[in-house]
Amino acid sequence: MSQANTSIAPHNDKSSLGFWIYLMTDCVLFASLFATFAVLRNATAGGPTGAELFDLNYILIETLILLASSFTVGMALLGFRVGSKRIALSMLVLTGLLGGTFLALEINEFQHLIHEGFTWQTSAFLSSFFTLVGTHGLHIAIGVLWLVYLAAAIYRHGLDSINKKRIVLFALFWHFLDLIWIFIFSIVYLGAKF
Amino acid sequence: MNDFDRGTRKLFMAYIIGFVFCVTLTLGAFLSTILLSDNKHFGIAIIAVLAVLQLIVQLVFFFHLAEEERPRLNTISLLFMAMVVIIIGFGSLWIMSNLNYNMMPRDIDNYIQEEENIRPEKNHNSNGHHR
Repeated sequence: MSQANTSIAPHNDKSSLGFWIYLMTDCVLFASLFATFAVLRNATAGGPTGAELFDLNYILIETLILLASSFTVGMALLGFRVGSKRIALSMLVLTGLLGGTFLALEINEFQHLIHEGFTWQTSAFLSSFFTLVGTHGLHIAIGVLWLVYLAAAIYRHGLDSINKKRIVLFALFWHFLDLIWIFIFSIVYLGAKF
Repeated sequence: MNDFDRGTRKLFMAYIIGFVFCVTLTLGAFLSTILLSDNKHFGIAIIAVLAVLQLIVQLVFFFHLAEEERPRLNTISLLFMAMVVIIIGFGSLWIMSNLNYNMMPRDIDNYIQEEENIRPEKNHNSNGHHR
């Protein structure tokens, strides 16, 4: 019984500890990109500053969508726990849709910037901006692909122990990406206003 | 069965509470950029505090780190990561601001002025004033 209670906590076996350590090293990767951005954020080389470029209302919507997807992936885990394939699958699909929307909004933002002539070649500030935010977007894209695979596996094989392990690791990954985004939101976008 | 239900409800509540906290903190940070836009240091401090609060909220309610059993390997590796991240972040800012202060602006300004044959702004102004 006590095993059933902790079975959703992300730290009860070796594979999730291994995955956790991968997440910690990924954090260090992001930390170096954050440090690069922090050093270069004023190096605009006569180009536009963040305060001139970013539409904070747009970014707030992106942030809330990603937060909501972090919540729905938790609900998918709970669906697994109560043994409802329907809840688990529908919440996973919803997570995928929210993640896909986030990705589409971000690509749209990038396209808009590039269309206006502000690319990663414009200034050191924009180089570090596109690298940091783009790396996060790449993680989200990989997460969405993983989610599609996971949903297909659950659809075919149901709520077995392998899929359970997979969904716990996926939820960790997704929460982690949400957390990284909170810092991108705070440092890159909100910080640009000051 | 009852035990199982209670655990499930607890997890459900953890996600609800975590989500509500995160949305509130996010909106708070967003609003503070509007309300505090003329107070630079205070605004940055508030945003930093709200981000760290959200970090803690997510670690507790989404990552369930508080319930980890001993030995707390996840928490230990998280703390080590935090140390590395702080060294990378603050170390980079410190070193680069030192470099900026000690080398770049003066030397690069001089270099550019010589290369481009630009007269410094100050001389230009005082000349204009004399005439």
